[in-house]
Amino acid sequence: MNGSPYILSENNSVTVVMLKVLAALIPGVIAQVWFFGPGILVSLSLCALFAIGFEAFILLMRGIPLKPFLSDGSVLLTACLLALAMPTLAPWWLYLVGVFFAVVVAKHLYGGLGQNLFNPAMVGYAALIVSFPVYMTQWAAPVGVAHVTPNLWEAFDLVFAGGGSISPDAYTSATVLDTWKTQVRQGLGAAEILGQPIFGRAGGRGQEIVALMYLGGGLLLVSNRLATWHIPFAFLAGIAATAGVLHLVEPARHAGPLFHLLSGGAMLGAFFIATDPVTAASTPLGKLIYAGLAGFLTVIIRAYGGYPDGVAFAVLLMNVAVPFIDAYTQPRVFGHKHGGKRGKP
Amino acid sequence: MSRKLFTCNGGVHPEGHKDASSGTPIVILPLLPRYVVPLRQHIGAPARALVRAGDAVLRGQMIGAAEGYVSTAAHAPTSGRVVAVEPHEVPHPSGLTDLCVVIESDGLDQAVEFQPLDWRNLDPSALRNRIRDLGLAGLGGAVFPSFIKLNPEGAGIDTLILNGAECEPWITCDDRLMRERAAEILQGVAVMRHMLGAREVLIGIEDNKPEALAAMRAAAAADVEVVAVPTLYPTGGGKQLTYILTGRETPTGGRSTDVGVQVFNVGTAYALHRAVALGEPMLSRVVTVTGHVAAPGNYEARLGTPITDLLLAAGGALPGSIGKLVGGPMMGFDLEDNAAPLTKAVNCIIVKHSSLFPAKPAVLPCIRCGACARACPADLQPFEMYWFARAKDFGKAQSYDLFDCIECGCCSFVCPSHIPLVDFFRFAKSEIWERERHKHDADQARARHEFKEFRLEREKQEKAEKLAAKVAENKARDAAAAAGVAETAADPEAERKKAILQAALDRAKKAREGVTPRNTENLPPAVEKQISEIEARRAESGAAQPETDPPRAES
Ligand code: SF4
Ligand code: SF4
Repeated sequence: MNGSPYILSENNSVTVVMLKVLAALIPGVIAQVWFFGPGILVSLSLCALFAIGFEAFILLMRGIPLKPFLSDGSVLLTACLLALAMPTLAPWWLYLVGVFFAVVVAKHLYGGLGQNLFNPAMVGYAALIVSFPVYMTQWAAPVGVAHVTPNLWEAFDLVFAGGGSISPDAYTSATVLDTWKTQVRQGLGAAEILGQPIFGRAGGRGQEIVALMYLGGGLLLVSNRLATWHIPFAFLAGIAATAGVLHLVEPARHAGPLFHLLSGGAMLGAFFIATDPVTAASTPLGKLIYAGLAGFLTVIIRAYGGYPDGVAFAVLLMNVAVPFIDAYTQPRVFGHKHGGKRGKP
Repeated sequence: MSRKLFTCNGGVHPEGHKDASSGTPIVILPLLPRYVVPLRQHIGAPARALVRAGDAVLRGQMIGAAEGYVSTAAHAPTSGRVVAVEPHEVPHPSGLTDLCVVIESDGLDQAVEFQPLDWRNLDPSALRNRIRDLGLAGLGGAVFPSFIKLNPEGAGIDTLILNGAECEPWITCDDRLMRERAAEILQGVAVMRHMLGAREVLIGIEDNKPEALAAMRAAAAADVEVVAVPTLYPTGGGKQLTYILTGRETPTGGRSTDVGVQVFNVGTAYALHRAVALGEPMLSRVVTVTGHVAAPGNYEARLGTPITDLLLAAGGALPGSIGKLVGGPMMGFDLEDNAAPLTKAVNCIIVKHSSLFPAKPAVLPCIRCGACARACPADLQPFEMYWFARAKDFGKAQSYDLFDCIECGCCSFVCPSHIPLVDFFRFAKSEIWERERHKHDADQARARHEFKEFRLEREKQEKAEKLAAKVAENKARDAAAAAGVAETAADPEAERKKAILQAALDRAKKAREGVTPRNTENLPPAVEKQISEIEARRAESGAAQPETDPPRAES
């Protein structure tokens, strides 16, 4: 088995794909540093180190050659996405546990690269939020809202030694999604809530800019054909439409579409998480259905669920449906009359 | 000339490397001392050898006659003596040998008398038979016997497409031919048009060949449209070009004639022109020799020229070469042996070097990125087919329309995990064919067994009947003896046997004739091989197996 084609597209490998996706995250990370301090750099590096450690260990255990698999970059991407979805300045072991669930449980227990049913980063996130909800809601507050924004060394200190001199209240706050939820429950009016400084202009101070940076990076991915437009578009459309309807029906309880699009993990989810090829639907129509429903679920979970953000659970729920969605949305093959159901279920 | 073009999905842009060989005129190879002419250079049954070792032959003399319907003739490339009719290496992906006529040249190059064909007035069927006996087969790589494709009967062909797309990298033989011999190509086109009764004639050429486009436009009559098509591999696929030019989609398992289109390669048109204008059989073809050779270019060589000599003509392989490819890098195959001869199917020889053909990187698991699906011109989901082919779940692979795969290689080309997807598809197809064959054999065995039981039963019955008849007869004879009546009727048993035999012969004949031709322009060699093997098997078993494709799993 070594026939044609005898040439392959140049500069094309899993590593290249993963590195390009990582590069598209950079603007978002810069904005994060700008608005929330350099703590994110600590959590990113920590997750990356843990992930590479776990990956190497498992590959050795499974007797798989280290070099091609470790250098494929996929585990690095998983680690970075998890770090970006988690609060910064959390204790180091929280990252360790998250990465363990992402890499060992979600990826390798399902068979490794390409075999996993669930998005690894989101499995890590979900495991943490279920097990350690308190830590997972303490986010670094944006500059201008926080009393202190730890510098790099202080951030190291906080992560490894657990703070010491600075109290968490000084530099963390609840996210805007959390704040909205609790304050609506307390009976505050929408205008009053949104008027607080942490809410910024539309999706949370600093957070909205980070989201726009993810959007920019994500659009680069799409224009470079590393992702098709279907998933980001349908995911964001699903969020906007669902949020819009809820907001129209009950404006006092539900924030508008723009708020939902620019807060929490919406943009990161749309371009970097829901698009994970291994766990997403693969047909054009399937992608629209998968991501549209994920967007819908995101807002529903945010509005009615007990968790601060809905992206992770929405994506994980839709991951389950992928084989089914794919099988029923097969595109029409050239020369055939119809597409539709084929293969799996 | 602003025809609305349709866009196929998928396709890739491999590096062209056309400049390597397209700059110099076609060089005609001098006479060689020895030629090896395979009796099967086309799709279908091999030609039947008409000569034996020791026979003297003349250039253009038929040395192999078409055998069966899907077949065509083979001819001596020069005058001389047949030294052997024996299995010999041939350029084929299987690396197997095939029956060849080995001819030693006498250096005189004497020809038989060629008779031009009066194509306008000749009876269509007679004309087609002449074309068959002149050995014409498609030169685009699929080598389907041309006379079959030139039969308009029942096909309702309104459009004739001439394929000058030449989308595979490195290959430039059609390009050079169009630049240098446009007028002759177009005369061939006129014959095709006449034979098919096509209303419209379109010539599709990729826009990376401006000189060929200009030459063809200059030579084309007003009612022939020369269309520049975007450079995108595999635009030159028969079904793809048909769609791009006409928007008509060839139905699955069908041929372009099903949508009223017949597609020929430019080289075939040129050969047809020579066949009718000069009465010359298909004796030579233009072949690109390129890659890591001293003098890359295009060579007009006689069919049967050993590839060694072809390479010598191109200055020989340069040091550091790592093997040769037959055909292009996307759909070609490794040449096992340089002694193999040039055939009608060989449009290109590429000498490989590690700088041009780097070793394939390590294979990683599929990450379902879908790049392969986006690149697939047949709109398939290669990663799903791969998944099932790898798991040897061929039924499932088939349910993802494996048999619509044209093995163009686009999916493997773009896969970031470097998975040799097409290898898996070839493997899956051959396994499925193999299983079909087993099933067919088993069915036949069962049928034979049942027939035997039936026969034994019948014989028993017949014996009993005969016995009864004899008893009756004896009685009757005894009774009639006195009257002297003689029994003179013909033996009814013999009559019946003869009738059964005749019926069986008729059936077998029908089955052979009923073999449906396929649109095989630009099929990959592996498929060709499989098709020809099937044809051979069919011919052997003499049984009808009318499906074009193996039956599919219900989807
Ligand atoms: S291109 Fe390769 S990795 Fe991507 S889906 Fe296709 S087979 Fe899988
Ligand atoms: S080789 Fe087959 S599956 Fe791959 S791109 Fe070509 S037609 Fe599609």
